[in-house]
Amino acid sequence: MTSIRLVRDELRPPGPPPRRHLLSIADLTRDDVERLLGAARTFAASMDRELKKLPTLKGRLIVNLFYESSTRTSSSFELAAKRLSADTLNIKSAGSSVDKGESLRDTALTLGAYDPDVIVIRHPQIGAPQLVADATSAHIVNAGDGKHQHPTQALLDLYTLQQELGRLEGLHVAIVGDVLHSRVARSLIQIFELVGIHCTLVGPPALLPRDLGVEATTDINAICGADVVYVLRMQNERMEQGANFVPSLREYAARWGITPERLSPGQRVMHPGPMNRGVEIDPRVADSVDSLVELQVRSGLVVRMAVLYDVLTGGPVGVRALAAAEVA
Amino acid sequence: MLFVKERRGDDLVLRGARVLDPAEGIDAVLDVRIDAGVIAAVGTQVDANEHRVVDGTGLVLAPAFVDPHVHLRTPGREDEETIASGTAAAAAGGFCAILAMPNTEPVVDSAATLGALVDAARREAEVQVGFLAAITRGQHGAELTEMAELADAGAVAFSDDGVPVTSAGLMRRALQYASVTGRLLALHCEETSLTYGSHVHEGSVAAELGFTGYPSVGESVMVERDLALARYEDQPLHLLHLSAAESVAGLRRARDAGVRASGEVTPHHLVLTDEAVRSLDSNMKMNPPLRAESDRLALLDALRDGTIEAIATDHAPHARHEKDAPFEAAPFGVTGLETAFSVLYTQLVRPGLLPLATLVDRMSTGPARIFGLDRPRVAVGATANLVLLDLDAEWQVREDAFRSRSANSWLLGETLTGRVVLTIAAGATAHERLAVTSA
Repeated sequence: MTSIRLVRDELRPPGPPPRRHLLSIADLTRDDVERLLGAARTFAASMDRELKKLPTLKGRLIVNLFYESSTRTSSSFELAAKRLSADTLNIKSAGSSVDKGESLRDTALTLGAYDPDVIVIRHPQIGAPQLVADATSAHIVNAGDGKHQHPTQALLDLYTLQQELGRLEGLHVAIVGDVLHSRVARSLIQIFELVGIHCTLVGPPALLPRDLGVEATTDINAICGADVVYVLRMQNERMEQGANFVPSLREYAARWGITPERLSPGQRVMHPGPMNRGVEIDPRVADSVDSLVELQVRSGLVVRMAVLYDVLTGGPVGVRALAAAEVA
Repeated sequence: MLFVKERRGDDLVLRGARVLDPAEGIDAVLDVRIDAGVIAAVGTQVDANEHRVVDGTGLVLAPAFVDPHVHLRTPGREDEETIASGTAAAAAGGFCAILAMPNTEPVVDSAATLGALVDAARREAEVQVGFLAAITRGQHGAELTEMAELADAGAVAFSDDGVPVTSAGLMRRALQYASVTGRLLALHCEETSLTYGSHVHEGSVAAELGFTGYPSVGESVMVERDLALARYEDQPLHLLHLSAAESVAGLRRARDAGVRASGEVTPHHLVLTDEAVRSLDSNMKMNPPLRAESDRLALLDALRDGTIEAIATDHAPHARHEKDAPFEAAPFGVTGLETAFSVLYTQLVRPGLLPLATLVDRMSTGPARIFGLDRPRVAVGATANLVLLDLDAEWQVREDAFRSRSANSWLLGETLTGRVVLTIAAGATAHERLAVTSA
């Protein structure tokens, strides 16, 4: 039988909905962000109960594939999956066949054979999550790809700000430090724009990317007017010997280190961790009452629960179901 | 950023000299009175206020000179020059301020070394001294110095003079980072892979005598590189001791395109060519070398039209026994503080090749402006930084008469016309060679 060539698109039968991933903040709308923060608030409420486990993702398989060291992110994704009753499989590249030279594609294909529902991936190279998305039929969550994006960090930071300060729109956040190498900064800049937060980048000249289109200055005093000072780590592992982004960590700390003297009363301080105490952040600041670092980590759990849920339940549809489940 | 021995400011009247301060728009016979080192009156029939009066009839009174490129050899080679002797030489040459290069032993690459020099200048300097700090540690071209700390400790600018910054990547980082300090990078442009083993300009003289030559492109290739980086990073820079026509052309093009680039030229590059090397006198051996007449003329043109805004002596003292060697074995460099004005007046102004006002501007206002220093001015309220010049005085450059500890001058035995007879630096007389003064 000859095939019929359709001439009008609207006559086509509906295809399966596109598979949801969370690869980059650039893919999100303001509605997506608000929905995710709302889901996180819902999960936070259940974390206050005696029985912290929810059956929401029972029977699902979530693979955490980490090619870079991580304490916070990997542990919170693992715990998030478990709190939602999913099965988890945690692969670190060190100690896996990656040590034998196995490619990312082959690793993805291998794991894909288990039909995971979600693969959470952290990788040192930009775009690795996209490659895994193309190689498997899992939902992909980017836990950090090189210097590119760390979307769940940006979401949990926003959630933290909302919890602490109540509002988001109109806030002024100064991001201080090695912006050039920071996926956290890149995700934050985009999410701030979505919700109306004014952002200033501050750091040594060689660590402020040119052409990023965001207000940037080398003068540390520019943090004066900000509601929040967001401190980035000096990432020595991304700076080769002799790269000379700064003459020395000593000079970095002296000129851009966040010390109590540089902060004004009421200014909050955030840091994605891990911290180099005494370099980008003075220990007294790290441990002060204005530091939101601990709140950030706690937020990470519920935000990642929200992300896993959202990616599997197809977004807006899922929220209605979640709200319905809550009421029940 | 400038440091000098503390002294009582002068109480002095300079009467009847031709006052020439192009930047202030003054060229007239006037009196100038100085009260406690500050200019209190500029005009005709100025009241002497019981001060000492210097008769300036027939003399020229100008803003004192600023030399942005001097080697004081301290620390490490105090046998060649000290802060005291170098500043005394500067005073004799009419300079109220000099900037000292950091390629000493040890190199000035830490706040500690710089601090010691600042302290020494406060004790010994006869004229104001500014100290440049190195761009890279040890001047090895590998790691940036802690520039912000050095600037806070008093560094006036940064340079690796003596050697180039070989890595373009590092040069870029230096341009970026120096912006944090607000201080200039002063660059010795030399592509060493093109100049290795050379002693003179690669031209007909080198070809005939057999010397390995330093081609002009060895300088201009790096001038272009650094200008391109400065343009990309939108940062200022200063080019040291330019010697080649190609470098001048590059500088002019960059400035026309809006790059904030400045340049300097030495007296010897304005007067001599590689022909001078035929004498095999090691006092004709400098880095960069003396080049062809066409280069000299290009430098002079650039000085005239302001493409090059500063004259810098690159005063480079050397021990007698080191210069007293076959040409190839002798170190590069000549002194110049004590003869700069006189030789340029003799060779360029008197023959009508350069106006006196332009010479004064390039020796005083230009260098001060480039490095962000207060410019010497003949103006009420300004600290007295003045030089009195006898344009008719003839004198011979003699080895035994230098204030500098070193005598490796390219003008030994020469007779020059025009001499500094009084230098007032930071309000106090630093040098005097007046015929008769009234009480």
